[in-house]
Amino acid sequence: MSDDETAARPPGTEASPDAPIRVYLVDDHALFRSGVRAELDRGAGGEPEVVVAGEAGSVDEAVAGIGHLRPDVVLLDVHMPDGGGAEVLRRVRGAKGPGPAQAEGASAQPVFLALSVSDAAEDVITVIRAGARGYVTKTISAQDLADAVRRVRAGDAVFSPRLAGFVLDAFSDRPGAAPPIDPELDQLTRRERDVLRLLARGYSYKEIGGELFISVKTVETHVSSVLRKTQTSNRYELSRWATDRRLV
Amino acid sequence: MSVPQTQRPPQPEHPGPGPGQPARPSLARRRSGRIVAGVAGGVADHLGVDVRWVRAGFVVLAVVAWAGVLAYALLWIFVRQEITPVERAVGRAERQQAVGLAALGLGVGLAAAAAGSGLISWIAVPLGVAAVGAAVVWREADEAQRRRWAHGARGVTAGGRTALARTLIGAVLVAVGLGVFLLGNLNLDQVRFGLLAAVATLLGVAVLTVPWWVRLVRDLGEERRARIVTAERAEIAAHLHDSVLQTLALIQRQAASPREVQRLARGQERELRAWLYGPNGYGRAPAERDPHASGRLSAALAEAAAEVEDTYAVTVNPVVVGDATMDPDVRALVLAAREAMVNAAKHAGVDEVSVYAEVERDEGTDEVNLFVRDRGAGFDPDAVAGDRHGLADSVHTRMRRHGGTVRLRSAPGEGTEVRLTMPLDVPAPAGADAQEGTR
Repeated sequence: MSDDETAARPPGTEASPDAPIRVYLVDDHALFRSGVRAELDRGAGGEPEVVVAGEAGSVDEAVAGIGHLRPDVVLLDVHMPDGGGAEVLRRVRGAKGPGPAQAEGASAQPVFLALSVSDAAEDVITVIRAGARGYVTKTISAQDLADAVRRVRAGDAVFSPRLAGFVLDAFSDRPGAAPPIDPELDQLTRRERDVLRLLARGYSYKEIGGELFISVKTVETHVSSVLRKTQTSNRYELSRWATDRRLV
Repeated sequence: MSVPQTQRPPQPEHPGPGPGQPARPSLARRRSGRIVAGVAGGVADHLGVDVRWVRAGFVVLAVVAWAGVLAYALLWIFVRQEITPVERAVGRAERQQAVGLAALGLGVGLAAAAAGSGLISWIAVPLGVAAVGAAVVWREADEAQRRRWAHGARGVTAGGRTALARTLIGAVLVAVGLGVFLLGNLNLDQVRFGLLAAVATLLGVAVLTVPWWVRLVRDLGEERRARIVTAERAEIAAHLHDSVLQTLALIQRQAASPREVQRLARGQERELRAWLYGPNGYGRAPAERDPHASGRLSAALAEAAAEVEDTYAVTVNPVVVGDATMDPDVRALVLAAREAMVNAAKHAGVDEVSVYAEVERDEGTDEVNLFVRDRGAGFDPDAVAGDRHGLADSVHTRMRRHGGTVRLRSAPGEGTEVRLTMPLDVPAPAGADAQEGTR
């Protein structure tokens, strides 16, 4: 069924595949925004091109700007006053739930990629659960950032080793834990586990494909499926972040 | 304290909460539109119901053994006033209705008392007088608190002559009420009368000073809270000064050396993160902290990675799934992993090393798998140069001595991955289920 999921979210529905990807920057540090803008505008290489369509320094500004400009990808800072990236996600996505709900509005809804100071799980799990399709750390190179933007734009997920490790941990079956309510959502398949393990070991999608003798496309499918489970599962380890982690 | 055993108009107040009020405000007595002390209005605001229902509730409860009056008095004592007054309009009809309800509650309560318990009204009436006196004094205390908020003035009688007069009148009423009550009991013998008089005096003093006691306790609590906040602020400032500011100063002095700046910044980030979000970090609630965290594989591995980062100016990101308590075997594993990290940092020629450890617990066959991987130069394992003894000696022998295995995968230009496997014979750490990062 995860195959259907990916198929239902075709990349670039309304624009030709070669059209530049319009990115909207949300970060409360003006210095950081101008840095990213300069890097992306300089052309980080690769196809299609990534251009910065606009930027915002606060939650309100971001919600208005995204509604007005309708960018393809939103680069979203995790830590901002007034609720941070998760709040922007909630307000832009409105009443829609995270994850699969995005499929219907794929052409109208921008895709979100979270930017965090570090890849510690506590920083990003809330944003992921609010609907971001992945995250990158702020120390990322321009080249890698452009690649990550392209990848989420194409409907894939961006998992760092640490997020992969956290998700593995959250889905592990502890002795004595409550049985999963919805096995489809609350458990990972053997294959998904293998893929996550290799991600956590620092393998790229291509390397994972080579290791497991599957295609890169299949790896992407597994990762997207894991992302969907991470976003929608009711497992305690995941849902508690959404409610408890309000301290930053 | 027997303060509230008497009649006080149960539920004065005024219109229901405005529709624009925030959902469920915390319980606070109203300062505007109140009839007696704003208790009913405050309860109505808190519960989101019409104030008339609250008043009616107090009246009904007053009939039953004075519970309504008691509840009203207790709420008056222990619920603080709202700090910022909200404008509320109280219609004439509304006010009349409230006063009527209060009188009704009082009357019905008295009647019930007289009929039910055989209490004669000449006992209830003086106690009622005393209660009204107490109400007057308490209300004056409310006024005084408001003035204090407004002007920072101290003392209950800071309001001048009228305030003093009101307090005195209240005191007299309490005294008269209790006196009459005693006189009504004069047929008792002398000893009992003396005892009763002493008790009544104490009672009167207690009733009159209730607002001061309550305020004293409250002020103490507030002072304590302020002290804690100050101490906390000082701790944060000291920490930031000792760590972040020092590092920034060092970075400025090392600006010419990117490698050094990178090393300093990375080390500081790691330290600050541990302080904020670590198992015993500042951002954790005390109940969430884990005093045993330092005795775990994850902590030891993070420490080893930090040392390698500091020494070789590379980034090492350890990811740990599950966790294990430290024992000699696990310690050997961490040391071997550290050696592998050092090798990668020295020879691979890259600035990032991935470390992944997973504790697998299947029945009876618990083991830790640890991977140290780089995308660097790589080498041909069959043709290890003489200076590569580090891996062979330190890692292989160490692991073998503790029953573990080492697998090496590398090729020139393809990077290197070292896989260390160590069987575990220690049960899962107790209480680890509640911690994230453990299983």
